[in-house]
Amino acid sequence: MLMQLTEIWNYLIVILLMMIGLFLVISRTNLVKKLVGLSIFQTSVFLFYITLGKVAGGTAPILTETADTIYSNPLPHVLILTAIVVGVATTALGLALILRINEAFGSIEEDEILAVKIEASATETLNTDTSPAPAKPKKSGDSV
Amino acid sequence: MAAIIMSNLPALVVVVPLLLAPIAAVTAAPGFAWMIALVGVASAFVAALLLQSLTTTMGRISYHLGNWEPPWGIEFVVDSATSLTLVVMSGLAFLATLYARGSLAAEINHKDLGKCYAAWLLACGGLFGLVATGDAFNLFVFLEISALSSVILISMGAGTDRRALTAGFNYLIIGAVGATFYVIGVGFIYALTGTLNIADLAVRLGEIGGGAALYTGFGFMIAGILVKAAVFPVHVWLPAAYGYAPSAVSSLLAAIATKAALYILARLLFTLFAGVPAITDLALTYVIVPLSIAGIFGGTLMAIYEKDIKLLLAHSSVAQIGYIALGFGLASKASVAASFIHIGNHALIKGGLFMAVGGFVAALGRRATLNSITGIGRRMPITASAFFLCGLSLAGLPLTAGFVSKLYLVRAILSQDAYVIAALVLVSSALSIVYLWKIVEVMWMQPAPANAPHLDENPAIYAPLWIVAIANIWFGVDAGWLVAAARAAAAAVMGGGL
Repeated sequence: MLMQLTEIWNYLIVILLMMIGLFLVISRTNLVKKLVGLSIFQTSVFLFYITLGKVAGGTAPILTETADTIYSNPLPHVLILTAIVVGVATTALGLALILRINEAFGSIEEDEILAVKIEASATETLNTDTSPAPAKPKKSGDSV
Repeated sequence: MAAIIMSNLPALVVVVPLLLAPIAAVTAAPGFAWMIALVGVASAFVAALLLQSLTTTMGRISYHLGNWEPPWGIEFVVDSATSLTLVVMSGLAFLATLYARGSLAAEINHKDLGKCYAAWLLACGGLFGLVATGDAFNLFVFLEISALSSVILISMGAGTDRRALTAGFNYLIIGAVGATFYVIGVGFIYALTGTLNIADLAVRLGEIGGGAALYTGFGFMIAGILVKAAVFPVHVWLPAAYGYAPSAVSSLLAAIATKAALYILARLLFTLFAGVPAITDLALTYVIVPLSIAGIFGGTLMAIYEKDIKLLLAHSSVAQIGYIALGFGLASKASVAASFIHIGNHALIKGGLFMAVGGFVAALGRRATLNSITGIGRRMPITASAFFLCGLSLAGLPLTAGFVSKLYLVRAILSQDAYVIAALVLVSSALSIVYLWKIVEVMWMQPAPANAPHLDENPAIYAPLWIVAIANIWFGVDAGWLVAAARAAAAAVMGGGL
């Protein structure tokens, strides 16, 4: 049993990181923590691909003199180089947006931002409308 | 020269917009940046039209990037389905770019315009690449290029409404989770087959035929693409994103962004996983069809209760995406053809409607709500009547493009004896008249406030809008070309083409 577990050790870590990341994305109201969760989630996928490409006892895929050398599969590793770049770009863009959100709303907590929005749309309705309408319902796009 | 261009068309569609983007980014004069964007998108449109005429005679075109033979190298594949989707997307992108000059200038800070056009070109190039690529991992890269640049474009709406920032952030997070789901799925099927080329994958997955790893990979990939296509209930990013983006961006993304994801959905279901009907049939019958019907009604009901016009149109997009996904879900040649017809027609309809609302926003200087557009039909007759025409098309009245879509969809449903689904589609169409009538009533039937200032109509805004509005009528009267192309597209997708 323990031997089996150690053989799939990497995959267990992948699943653990994936769940932690996804949970953070869904449950946190702080935007920075959400972004941290997203990074963990993406990193778990990087680890998944790297584990896929590793062949037991295999070495780096560089031609050697000995004919029967076992090589690890380099392709998943190269793919993940691309995915890492994408991940960095996502994180950078997300952080830049958080800065702008903080300037515009004075907060990076989702519930506080929502409160600011509801307050703003309520005053807007009072100022511009002849017939007072109730404040806009919560938009579905804001609730995740 | 001409021969070189003709033999490299599949790459040019994607590469020209992508390469012109950095030039637009460093351009100080907004007018020049706009010209570059227009050239980039127009050349993609010309290339797409040429590809369309090539595929009708030659069938499937395979393009090897860097001359690496597939399955080792990355392959771009253009068949009838690809070229039709590319023509629709690049054509609407071209019209949206024409429109952007007048509209973006009214809604975006002057000094940001150059960078905005750079993101615009990146988004277009990324979405065209998404459709053209024949490589499962390359698809992910284009998915992210288009998603990140779309987020930038949406957040540009912060110039008029700060809620665009949170809308952009939500799309970034949800979109990234969706794309990562797709990559996890690709990891599973790569582990099974050792290849990433979609045509090669289709063959090898057919040989494997099933198993837990294949089903898991399938689930992750489909779930990821459903998020990108904004199929109910993972559409939550869409209403705010389209509602708060600058109007030109709403028009561009509503016309082409979800369409690309829906095309990928069809490719995955009918081409990549064609060899494993056990799982695709299950997904089509028990996931895609129920979700799209739920989306049709959910989106329509949300639109009925919405007061902000752009958010209303965005909710209606969720419903229209439902019709397209429903056609794929029913999985007959006729229903898939109906979906491709609606991909084209909905791009025309929603592109036009968002353009018209953008015209109202530019003239009013604030958000278009049911209150602020009271009596606007008499104050801005040119823009408002174009809105009315596109609205008729959305409701599916005869002699409009929307009618052709509904006709072919309902006929395809009836030919499968799915009377309940046909009834649901007809009921939802009737419901869509409710929210459209709500807008038409305040626009035309109610008098403008007594102290209302005079509103100017900008030809730069209403000229492209009217091209789209006339196209809505044109494709409603003479749908021959689109129907024939859509049938060829359905045959290419379903026939295990690629």
